[in-house]
Amino acid sequence: MRLKDKGYGIFLVPGFMLLLLVVFLPFSMNLYISCTKWSGVGIPQWVGIANYVRAVQDSVFWASFRNNILMIFAVTVLPTFIGLLLSVFLFDYGIPHFGQRTVSFIRGGIYLPQILPVAIAGIVWGWILNPNYGALNRILQSIGLSSFAHNWLGDPATALPSVMAIMVWFQIGYPLVIFMSALQRIDPQILEAAQIDGAGWFRRFLISVYIIRPEILVVVLTTTIYALKLFAQIYVLTRGGPGTATIVPSYFAYQNFFEKANVGYGAAVSTIMTLIIFLLTAVFIKIQMSHEGIGEY
Amino acid sequence: MKQYRTSLESLKKIAAAILVSIVLLIMLFPFYIVFINAFKTPADYAQYGPLTWPRLFSFNGIISFWQRVDFSNKLINSFAISFSVAIIGVLLSLLNAYALGLGRIKGRIVFLVLFVVANTLPHEALVYPLYYLAKLLKIYDRQIAVIIVFSVIQSAFGTYLLSSVFASFPRDILEAAEVDGCGKMKNLLYIVAPISMPTLSVLFTFFFIWTWNEFFLPLILLISNHRQTVPIAISVTQGQHNMDATMASASALLGILPCLLFFFLFQRTLTKGITAGSIK
Repeated sequence: MRLKDKGYGIFLVPGFMLLLLVVFLPFSMNLYISCTKWSGVGIPQWVGIANYVRAVQDSVFWASFRNNILMIFAVTVLPTFIGLLLSVFLFDYGIPHFGQRTVSFIRGGIYLPQILPVAIAGIVWGWILNPNYGALNRILQSIGLSSFAHNWLGDPATALPSVMAIMVWFQIGYPLVIFMSALQRIDPQILEAAQIDGAGWFRRFLISVYIIRPEILVVVLTTTIYALKLFAQIYVLTRGGPGTATIVPSYFAYQNFFEKANVGYGAAVSTIMTLIIFLLTAVFIKIQMSHEGIGEY
Repeated sequence: MKQYRTSLESLKKIAAAILVSIVLLIMLFPFYIVFINAFKTPADYAQYGPLTWPRLFSFNGIISFWQRVDFSNKLINSFAISFSVAIIGVLLSLLNAYALGLGRIKGRIVFLVLFVVANTLPHEALVYPLYYLAKLLKIYDRQIAVIIVFSVIQSAFGTYLLSSVFASFPRDILEAAEVDGCGKMKNLLYIVAPISMPTLSVLFTFFFIWTWNEFFLPLILLISNHRQTVPIAISVTQGQHNMDATMASASALLGILPCLLFFFLFQRTLTKGITAGSIK
């Protein structure tokens, strides 16, 4: 007998009404606003796609996306790569030689930054890098390297690399934990057989990477989207400056909304962000579908 | 030959241990340095720098920062908001997933896709209308606005996760109960909710911590000092000038401590659920 499907609809009503009110109504409003000129007060004035045209011609807009690509390098590419090397190393070499407990401890230590709100992670590093009293410059001075002491976040040349380094520190634990749990799926006999066949560590590394492809895909997608939404660390550390050295799309949208009263333009920037996220997700789903069967989601 | 091999092996092991220790040292160094300097006096810091252990454990930096931002108030705010969001978010997820995961109502795939889409939309594309609507409804700068918004946003993820968990739910139990005269509401309350309690508690933990860590929307929706959450209050204070090194360090420490507490309290739930939560 099939479960009667009638009578379940009512349970969806509150959740779905709220979803419409809190997510889809604001999103539609944002779409509309993106086609207007509006300062936030008075009546929005319809301008069609003018805001999008303006974005394409705006050098600050492009600077924000250029910085965003560098951020993807800092939160996706490097952490995924380092995470892969570390997780395979800890799994393949660490557990047999150091024991499970030690490896769990190491994994926990590397994951620790991830438990912080990003804003707090930013504040920790803002303190370390502070030009007046920060720890890093003080340490450099005390070991006789005062010529390297520097206004790390205040100099356009070092501001973005500093933020990127902080993000690598913050992000590494995430792929590490995901990959280590994925590696448990690997049948040890496969790696043993490979070793007997004379495969070196690099071959075994490649085999492991091949097997945990689905998780690598998830990490790459989620962190790339995350990179696009970076806001708190920029707000806390540099406010997009000096100049536009560390501006990112999210902060640029925020500035237009709440500092420059260019609400229409801000809405257009955030709509472009949404489009990119949808595009990335679609590509991801496509790849995932074509690999159907190897994953476990 | 054998001896040569074992010494090579142990050399490799030492090298590996050193490598891992360096990585761990870099990762933990910021925590260490914030911790020790939060307990120093400004004079101690000026004289001996950031690396030495405090001459004398001083709570002055922590106490004065605590008083300056009224930290007790911020803790209560953060807790009230995160706790309410976790409760309401779990309830909404359960109701939605009951209809979509077990009920198989018409058009369920479309609804599910809408929940997933809601979960991926960047907050930047919602923020201005939310700000506008909150003002219109006279709940701008009130915590209820943040609670409503995050309950719904978190439940979008919860609905998706719980619906897929319900795919393997033993449906014949419900059918049998229905034959015995149990209504849909009773089934939900007495069968589905108790059985899915482990998943619900994982969701609760995640919603609580995610909401605690949120920054962008609370920054915009809560403008008054006495309504702000911990991360917002701490980062807003950083811009002020009369902060010295030890007080700044104390502020970072106060931001870290609640999260460390959650981490140790919920460690098992968290490690169980990190892969499930990887979608975030």
